[in-house]
Amino acid sequence: MVDTTVSTTTTSQQSQSLNLLKVLGPAHIWALGVGIVLVGEFMGWNYAAGKGGAFGALIACFVSGILYTCVAKIDSEVTSTVASAGGQYAQAKHTIGPLMAFNVGLFMTLTYLMLNAGDVLVAGQLVQIGAQQLGHDIPWQPFTVLFLALLTLLNYRGVLATLTVNFVITAAAFLSIIILFIGVKPWAPGEVLLHKELLTPLPYGWIGVIAALHFGMWFYLGIEGTCQAAEEVRSPGRALPLGTMSGIITLLIAAAITWYVACGLMPWEYIGWDATLAPLYDSARMTGSPFLIVLLFIGTLLSAIASSNGCTNDQARAWFALGRDRYLPEWFAAVHPKYRTPFRSILFLTPIVLVFALYIPLAQIITFSILSGLLNYTFMPINMWNFRKKWPVGSIRRGFSHPFHPLPALTLLILCAATFFAVYLGYGRQLLAMMAFYIVASLWFAFYRYRYVKRGAQFTMPWPKPVGY
Amino acid sequence: MWDIVANVAWVIAAAIFLWMAWDFFVINAKYDENVLVSSREGLDELLPAGDQSTAKKKK
Repeated sequence: MVDTTVSTTTTSQQSQSLNLLKVLGPAHIWALGVGIVLVGEFMGWNYAAGKGGAFGALIACFVSGILYTCVAKIDSEVTSTVASAGGQYAQAKHTIGPLMAFNVGLFMTLTYLMLNAGDVLVAGQLVQIGAQQLGHDIPWQPFTVLFLALLTLLNYRGVLATLTVNFVITAAAFLSIIILFIGVKPWAPGEVLLHKELLTPLPYGWIGVIAALHFGMWFYLGIEGTCQAAEEVRSPGRALPLGTMSGIITLLIAAAITWYVACGLMPWEYIGWDATLAPLYDSARMTGSPFLIVLLFIGTLLSAIASSNGCTNDQARAWFALGRDRYLPEWFAAVHPKYRTPFRSILFLTPIVLVFALYIPLAQIITFSILSGLLNYTFMPINMWNFRKKWPVGSIRRGFSHPFHPLPALTLLILCAATFFAVYLGYGRQLLAMMAFYIVASLWFAFYRYRYVKRGAQFTMPWPKPVGY
Repeated sequence: MWDIVANVAWVIAAAIFLWMAWDFFVINAKYDENVLVSSREGLDELLPAGDQSTAKKKK
């Protein structure tokens, strides 16, 4: 645990303020991004197979992979320059304006909060499933509450320990996927993997493929979370692009292996409607190897814990950043004097996660998380466009400049539109309800809360005036 | 035996939440509110104070 008190700051300016600690490196950024996402390889993506068959899921995996590669490139450039807690929120207030920033802050908080609730719910249920397989019936609720308590405590007591733990458990979960891949002998097609027999043409045509895009996001949902740690990174210009880009590469590899293994062992009809929620675990069961079965059970559990841990970290940073600029009450912007964490934001959001985990169905929670994430991705191309237009390359120091602009931003915008259509096909009412929620929140911000915002002071980057101003 | 494990999970979770609540109240009582919310975006403790003049001026 990091134990640094106010008195350790050296300059007079710093002794007046209590800031988050800069202790993280590229490995922690990798652990944050991949840790949040990897659970999507173990469960969730499989519903894409239910919508579009095995090949539909593969196309969704590729298309979503391109979408998130664009997200990672854009985030790497902007965050390496706007290295502040709140990630995309801090970007939005600098490049677009307060109302967009408020919405982006809400999108991110709710994306991570809902995903967190889903993660701890699944972690508790996995313990229950494990006990049932040993012949004991136990409730899942105490384990869900215990996981949430432990991860909240970890986050409360310091970011370095939080993300070091995440690095270990995320690496272990990723390793379990690699070992499963080796265990199914990919060098001997037909021996264990039966792609020839199991792969069928698209069962619902191309409309099924488009519908599958909704769940293809699961392979990568949350990689943009690396930006939330920007203020706590020792060298943002180096660590953020390195951690984010290596994270998306890890996820592209994990997603390809996951699809290849699961679709080579089980028919798409089963994968698509997997009642046990965990297709990789089921793949291990199909091999009949007790070692792989235990390993993938542990890997699935670790992935859910790592995701919840990362989400607890990110949801608190987004909420904290909104409070610091008084988009929300400033009370939330308090930093713990000993642990240097946003302790009020961490504690305030935990009971909300708990209520959603215990009382709201998993499908509803996850849908809300995906939709909020998708709205955040739609903001990114506009953000990138404005950023390059107002501060062209060379006008300010960037940690990373992504190539081929505006191609990634345009691609991201088009893929977001396609994914919105896919979501509308399956969850049209939820999409409209959520849009209504954000419109009401925006009205509250514009007509009431904005009067409290630190208007000039919120623009903290030491940049020249934007081009055209 | 598994019932005991479930009960132990409840007890540990409750103890953790109680400790965090206790620490939360202690910190709020011990430190001035202005100190707790004094965090500033754009300040980098790894840089000398002089390099951060732009960020400071905007406060």
